[in-house]
Amino acid sequence: MTLTQAPVHIETVDLAVSTVRELNQALHATDDGTSWVVDTPAGQHNIAVGIDRDLDLVVNGHVGYYFAGMHQKGRVTVHGSAGVGLAENIMSGTVHVTGDASQAAAATGQGGLVIIDGNTGARCGISMKGVDIVVGGDIGHASAFMAQAGRLVVCGDAGEGLGDSIYEARIYVKGTVASLGADCVEKPLRPEHLAELAELLTLAGRTDAPTDFRRYGSARTLYHFAAVNAAAY
Amino acid sequence: MCGIAALQIRDVGLRASLGELMHGMLCGIVDRGPDSAGLAIYNDPTLTPAGTSTVTVLNAELTPDALAAALRDALPPAVGVTVTVTGFGETTLINAQIGTGALEDAITSILPGVQIAGRGEHAAVRKGTGHPLDLAELYDLRSATGSQGLSHTRMATESAVTAAGSHPFTVADDLCLVHNGSFSNHATIRRQLRAEGVTCDSENDSEVAARFIAWCLAAGDTLTTALEKLGSVFDGFYTLVVTTATSMAIVRDPIACKPAIIAETDAWVAMASEYRALAHLPGIESARIFEPAPGVVYTWTLDSTKELVTL
Repeated sequence: MTLTQAPVHIETVDLAVSTVRELNQALHATDDGTSWVVDTPAGQHNIAVGIDRDLDLVVNGHVGYYFAGMHQKGRVTVHGSAGVGLAENIMSGTVHVTGDASQAAAATGQGGLVIIDGNTGARCGISMKGVDIVVGGDIGHASAFMAQAGRLVVCGDAGEGLGDSIYEARIYVKGTVASLGADCVEKPLRPEHLAELAELLTLAGRTDAPTDFRRYGSARTLYHFAAVNAAAY
Repeated sequence: MCGIAALQIRDVGLRASLGELMHGMLCGIVDRGPDSAGLAIYNDPTLTPAGTSTVTVLNAELTPDALAAALRDALPPAVGVTVTVTGFGETTLINAQIGTGALEDAITSILPGVQIAGRGEHAAVRKGTGHPLDLAELYDLRSATGSQGLSHTRMATESAVTAAGSHPFTVADDLCLVHNGSFSNHATIRRQLRAEGVTCDSENDSEVAARFIAWCLAAGDTLTTALEKLGSVFDGFYTLVVTTATSMAIVRDPIACKPAIIAETDAWVAMASEYRALAHLPGIESARIFEPAPGVVYTWTLDSTKELVTL
């Protein structure tokens, strides 16, 4: 018996011809299992926001602000760079950018995986609430500010004030950290951390050795009001 | 929110396309500032003919013809001095074959109190209120040629929507500044500059930055050094682009709230608030594209040198 697999149909949308709204509405209306290619994004904003279908989407070129915001399902890849607010408030699914991302990448993300092969600007993972972020290069200042849950993996260097006012979330940095923010401290890299780091690096298609990273997280000294500070208020 | 787009062209062969390229860049920043706009074009032989000074005035009370006639009467009767006056809405552009200072003096003798919004031998400044693309048509931007230019689209926050509050601010010869952001201590610095004898002619916060840079340059600072000093004196949010006859500098405040992206090739260097303003530039596919780091002054000169200084 021979099994013949049906050829995969790929829907192609050229944003030099179609509008972003037409694309987004089509993505919202489509079926699970579909494949999409988007050409000529030309840095437009709000491309591929709110996808809640289990689809594959490839974008060829640079995208603007809030790309794949509120992402819910499916795998999205940008062959290029992304503007401010990449995958903001991502819930689940995967968003992968082969170039750089601007500031506030994966901000407030609640779940899913955001992979950036290049660098990010400031405030990467700000107020992250469960998203996993893997950055191949460096991240800017004030990253993981008020992070609450999730994992942030940085294969390059981190800018000033990493993890300021962090609640929870685990941060792994391979390179240097310009400075740690308030209540963010280095913590031991135990076997369970090496294991989750290895898993995240593999998911991101990276070959970095987990043992080359350092782990940072909350010292938990800001959780409770300290009576000694009463005079400050 | 405001939009900035600036382009410096090193490839002489591409300079005929300056206006066309800048028009495309302007289209990419319209959404960021739809209430008013302005442009500075450097070394366009029509706007700033060689051997002449160019002064921009706002809301002139005379027609271009009447102003030209009055200027011909007022200027010293030197042999061969020609005066050209062209109206562009709220902006009037005046060329004459005399020094900028003498031309400014003649203009203010005819139009006392008129706002001078541009001056120099290389830069033509035009700005006004209205939709940026309507203004681009009024200024015939697409036909412009030259070595560099900058444009600004404004969403006013700190002062009124007027031509005087539009950018760029050009308060010394060929020195143009555009700003995205807001300064919080501009009133204090304006008072300090006034005490030094500097005159401001609007209530705009960005004008104070332009006055400060001009004041530093007059005291002998380089453009880079002046911007370093600005970083230590001004408080607030800013992405600034400052151009002179020979250079273009970009700086963001150390917190980097306001966006900026730079693309660089051997032929040109371009800066815009957003990538979509750069997407059409020739060779963008292979350009080096990056966001300027917070608190770093980037300076490019037309002879292709480059300087980086951290605040």
